[in-house]
Amino acid sequence: MLEVKSLSKSFDGFKAVNNANLDVRKGEIVAVIGPNGAGKTTLFNLITGILKPDSGTVHFRGENITGLPSYEICRKRISRSFQVVNIFPRLTVFENVQVSILSREKRTWNLFTPSSKLAVEETNRILESVGLVQKKDRTTALLSHGDRKVLEIAMALGGDPEFLILDEPTAGMAPEETVRCIDLVKHLSEKLGLTILFCEHDMEIVFGIADRIMVMVRGATVVQGSCDEVRCNEAVQDAYLGGSDVCLM
Amino acid sequence: MLRDMLEGRGRIWWAAVVIFMFLLPFILPRFYLYLLSIILLTGLLATSLNLVLGYGGIFQFHHAVFYGAGAYGTALILTKTGLSPWISFIVGPLVSAALGLIMGWICIRLSKLYFAMLQISLGSLVWIIVYRWYSFTGGDDGIHGIPLPDILSSSNNAYYFTLVVTLICLFAMYKVIKSPFGSALQGIRDNPVRCEMIGINVKRHQLLALIIAGFFAGVAGSLFVVVDNTVFPDMLFWTLSLEICIMCLLGGWFTFLGPMLGAAIIIALRTFVSTYTTYWALVLGILMALVIFFLPNGVLGYIEEKIKKGFIEPVIKE
Ligand SMILES: Nc1ncnc2c1ncn2[C@@H]1O[C@H](COP(=O)(O)OP(=O)(O)O)[C@@H](O)[C@H]1O
Ligand SMILES: [Mg+2]
Repeated sequence: MLEVKSLSKSFDGFKAVNNANLDVRKGEIVAVIGPNGAGKTTLFNLITGILKPDSGTVHFRGENITGLPSYEICRKRISRSFQVVNIFPRLTVFENVQVSILSREKRTWNLFTPSSKLAVEETNRILESVGLVQKKDRTTALLSHGDRKVLEIAMALGGDPEFLILDEPTAGMAPEETVRCIDLVKHLSEKLGLTILFCEHDMEIVFGIADRIMVMVRGATVVQGSCDEVRCNEAVQDAYLGGSDVCLM
Repeated sequence: MLRDMLEGRGRIWWAAVVIFMFLLPFILPRFYLYLLSIILLTGLLATSLNLVLGYGGIFQFHHAVFYGAGAYGTALILTKTGLSPWISFIVGPLVSAALGLIMGWICIRLSKLYFAMLQISLGSLVWIIVYRWYSFTGGDDGIHGIPLPDILSSSNNAYYFTLVVTLICLFAMYKVIKSPFGSALQGIRDNPVRCEMIGINVKRHQLLALIIAGFFAGVAGSLFVVVDNTVFPDMLFWTLSLEICIMCLLGGWFTFLGPMLGAAIIIALRTFVSTYTTYWALVLGILMALVIFFLPNGVLGYIEEKIKKGFIEPVIKE
């Protein structure tokens, strides 16, 4: 469904992403792992059009989407959440999700119908499914960090995506929030059939829900394969686990 | 009562205010009626700026250009053509909207301060053209004694016309802010990257906002022709732009009626102060500094905060 070929991007000569390769099949959950600064977020920014790659290609459903602006990529039903919470601070929880839906329905050119009457049902449904419905009238400034991360996902769902990219969805969450968030991701994959690409530091989570894993080190793809393949891969052991010989994680 | 009014509920209170304003010509002397008309149309101008500045987060620092363009558009049709005067009141704002489109289209490629610099430069260019083109615009003399339809020539009727048009425009802009477009615009102000990522074409939405703001600034310009019978190049000089920016900040640029309040304060103050001293700019500067330090959200923003505190605190505690 998504195919990334030898993608590269440097910032002032520093190669943040250097020959990254990735393929994601329909319905899969694929994890990208790698140490801090490996270039995971940059890779996601390249796929979603926030940054333009220096070289390499991104294909989605066979179509070349390399370097398209974000709003066009979004219209191809690719949505994402951000590692650093990236929401509309002055709007309420409800409005945050609603504006995402209105945008998908191309209704943001509507100048005269009051927003408060539009897409109400769908917004409520999404908030219900992520468990934020009781807090929908709050300004997002009043949310806990964990709730904001969940709101990130809810906004992404407003775009009715087929392909969902999550950048460290559970980062900074309390343990019970993490559990709920992981359940949500599983639900999205199993019940709604979304294809999911995510990155995550917690290896337990990664091996728990990912179908396949891509390992990134210093901007480059070391290997992509099933959990077992990655677990015992020598290059991964060397590069990422500091050369330990033990085949576990 | 105030809380209801600010949240768009207390309809009765607003109706009372409007009726009161309609009765004012029976009480107020002519000069104050004139002043009130100027406050209304300047408030409309500041509100149109706030549509892009406060709600859109676009640094349109030279907004007076669109005010002047509307005024000149109307004045030139009234003096140089035999067209119906009512057409001139539509042409003025349309000229401003078109100028908003052109300047917006050029400037929108740049963001934040770069947008502001380019917009100020282009605006000054328009000012120079108006200032120098004697044969067409009357140059630095401007145009005086502009003929108006009989029905608008009395100062009472000019006031009523200004009041009605201003109310209609405010209502229309309020609708726009509450529409999906308005939500998108506020989203863009708060977080353009996120907006693109949920599928909003940021630049195009900003451009439409600039056109709409230009249009309503043009309406304010046309109203000035009705109230004052003159146009002059200072109407699109950058100092006026600065003044209306200050009106937005002073009144509260995240509130809908803040700019109107700001306009009332500044114009009243200017009228009052200039009878005592010629250092109006100095007073304005000091006022500005005080606002930035003590009321970063403006007067109305401050009042709203005070009112909201009452019922937000329990929510946090819960
Ligand atoms: N906009 C940018 N400008 C300069 N350097 C950047 C930028 N974005 C990321 N980097 C650098 O690229 C490297 C990869 O960052 P990132 O993609 O955020 O890693 P990860 O998400 O895997 O932790 C880091 O060393 C970071 O400092
Ligand atoms: Mg990252």
